[in-house]
Amino acid sequence: MEEIQLLGHGFAVALQWENVLLMVAGIVLGVLIGVLPGLGGANGIAILLPLTFTLPPVSAIILLSCIYWGALFGGAITSILFNIPGEPWSVATTFDGYPMAQQGKAGEALTAAFTSSFVGAFVAVVMITFLAPLVAQFALQFGPPEFFAVMFLSFACFIGLARGSPLKALAAMMFGFLLAGVGMDGVTGQLRMTFGSMELMRGIDFLVVVIGLFGLSEIFQSIEEGLRFKGARARITLGTVLRTWAELPRHWALFIRSSLIGCWMGITPAGATPASFMSYGVARRMAKDKDSFGRGRMEGVVAPETAAHAAGTSALLPMLSLGVPGSPTAAVLLGGLIMWGLQPGPMLFVEQKDFVWGLIASMYLGNIVGLIIVLAAVPWFAAILRVPFSIIAAIILMVCAIGAYTVNSAEFDVVLMLIFGVIGYVMKKLDYPLAPLVLALVLGDRTEESFRQSLLLSEGSLAVFFSNWLVGGIMTLGLVMLFYPTLSKLWAPRMQPA
Amino acid sequence: MSITTQDSVLIPSAEAAAERGPSQRGMEIATAVVLMAAGGIGMMDSLRIGAGWGTDGPQSGYFPFWLGAILALASLGNLVVALRDHRRGARGPRFATWGQLALVAQVFVPTAIYVAVIPLAGIYVSSAVLVAYFMRRFGEFRMVTSMLSGAAAALVSFVIFEIWFLVALPKGPLETALGY
Repeated sequence: MEEIQLLGHGFAVALQWENVLLMVAGIVLGVLIGVLPGLGGANGIAILLPLTFTLPPVSAIILLSCIYWGALFGGAITSILFNIPGEPWSVATTFDGYPMAQQGKAGEALTAAFTSSFVGAFVAVVMITFLAPLVAQFALQFGPPEFFAVMFLSFACFIGLARGSPLKALAAMMFGFLLAGVGMDGVTGQLRMTFGSMELMRGIDFLVVVIGLFGLSEIFQSIEEGLRFKGARARITLGTVLRTWAELPRHWALFIRSSLIGCWMGITPAGATPASFMSYGVARRMAKDKDSFGRGRMEGVVAPETAAHAAGTSALLPMLSLGVPGSPTAAVLLGGLIMWGLQPGPMLFVEQKDFVWGLIASMYLGNIVGLIIVLAAVPWFAAILRVPFSIIAAIILMVCAIGAYTVNSAEFDVVLMLIFGVIGYVMKKLDYPLAPLVLALVLGDRTEESFRQSLLLSEGSLAVFFSNWLVGGIMTLGLVMLFYPTLSKLWAPRMQPA
Repeated sequence: MSITTQDSVLIPSAEAAAERGPSQRGMEIATAVVLMAAGGIGMMDSLRIGAGWGTDGPQSGYFPFWLGAILALASLGNLVVALRDHRRGARGPRFATWGQLALVAQVFVPTAIYVAVIPLAGIYVSSAVLVAYFMRRFGEFRMVTSMLSGAAAALVSFVIFEIWFLVALPKGPLETALGY
């Protein structure tokens, strides 16, 4: 039980008063970011990342990860009260959350949503506490071929589990990889794809891309949809909370099922959004009266929120233990690790114990703090949506521009942000997934590095990726995931009852 | 602790606009072609710097060359899918209506101007003008209110970034005149 001891040490780090303050600040900022259209977990963190350089890494990650938890909580508020999902993973919450609010049960719906989020996150953190060190321990024996295989596997999952067209996921991903290649080649010093531009020599920073893709494009999309906010009445009193809490234990099986779905989807980089839909779908399928779903069932709020939070949290497991993030937000956090001078991957658990366990402890604390803050302050957060969009949009544009500029103190980056805002808008409208693009952009350099190192070991033979059972196994699993849609089509006709 | 119900129309709805606009299929084709070109450019540039096996291992272009190739192939696939989609012409789905695109342009054009002006006027003055313009144009606030709010937004960000976080943001003639 070495983990318990290390975790205790982590709590000592996380409970330092300045870290607790950062935690509260992070949660409040995160909920704000989650509520506002145009700001989400990924780009909110991308904007703030350059400002954290003066902090020690552990404080910085506590602040940024708490923004992430806050954003996860915040998405539910707008879904339930305004029928506007603040984040993609809270779309499924609108199905039953908004009808509940219309029936005057907004307080119950919000309490259920926040509590489910908390439960989902808690299960995921417990899993991280005990599983992540084991995974890291195991990964210590990885060489370059194994690391390449792990990255191959996670990228293959994206294509195999894509909700839309696998070809579009592949195209988006390769586009991200190519963007990562722009600039100076870290191994040979050769300039690649810069076409004589001085500005491109620096490379294309993923933070700038994230701010454009997720921030600006969302503003464009919100405008296009002609935002019209119709708020429901919400009252959260202590009585409502206690009454809802008394009812929730009845759904224990649902909690367990949704948490498991979430954890699984979070570790494989499918992410919180598909997890929430899947969990909602399963809950509906297993219910006795399916037709009451979509008309304001408590289960319809519990299932997606539990899964989304479990997935969002467990996305940090592969990020911490392997250096392979499970979601765009985790990818931005990983970029942060690199910028703070930490080497992501299994060695983190050996060399940076304070950092890793401080972060894990802060996940426990952050979610408890988060639950209290959102339950207490829902009306204030919801009031933000009544600030006219004309003000919010301009301020978000300004914040995005400042965020893009601060990454490298380059005015060219603000132009890049605008370009990626348009790219993101078109891609979203055409159902090109953005997550694989961002992950490829963040991991591009490291994927290429491990690929090249592997080829150096084998003197150019691709057989190195099948040279032992470990790397061969991961690669085979990756290939299976890659062709999963094709394979399942081949099998489907035989599995259908005659 | 309560939130009152309130229907607030934030910006003009797009419903009134005509239901015509560029087709989904056309945009799919255009995007696939652009991405195919991007893949092609990546491949060409990789060939230029060498995409084979050098004396010291894989050359700089090795990895990007194959990425470019996969991108081009995947986009070709997307292109074929889009071309085979027969819901074309007026019956096919729209990418967006012209009315919606006009709304997006109303935000995009000022944003593009804002980005272009930042190197000249500095980020604070440009931001103040942007906030004021949006409030006046979309929120129909009074001129004075809009301008004061814009100035306030710029001032608050100045305090946060230049004074608290000591992050230097682009500054223009006004800041220079004030001694920053």
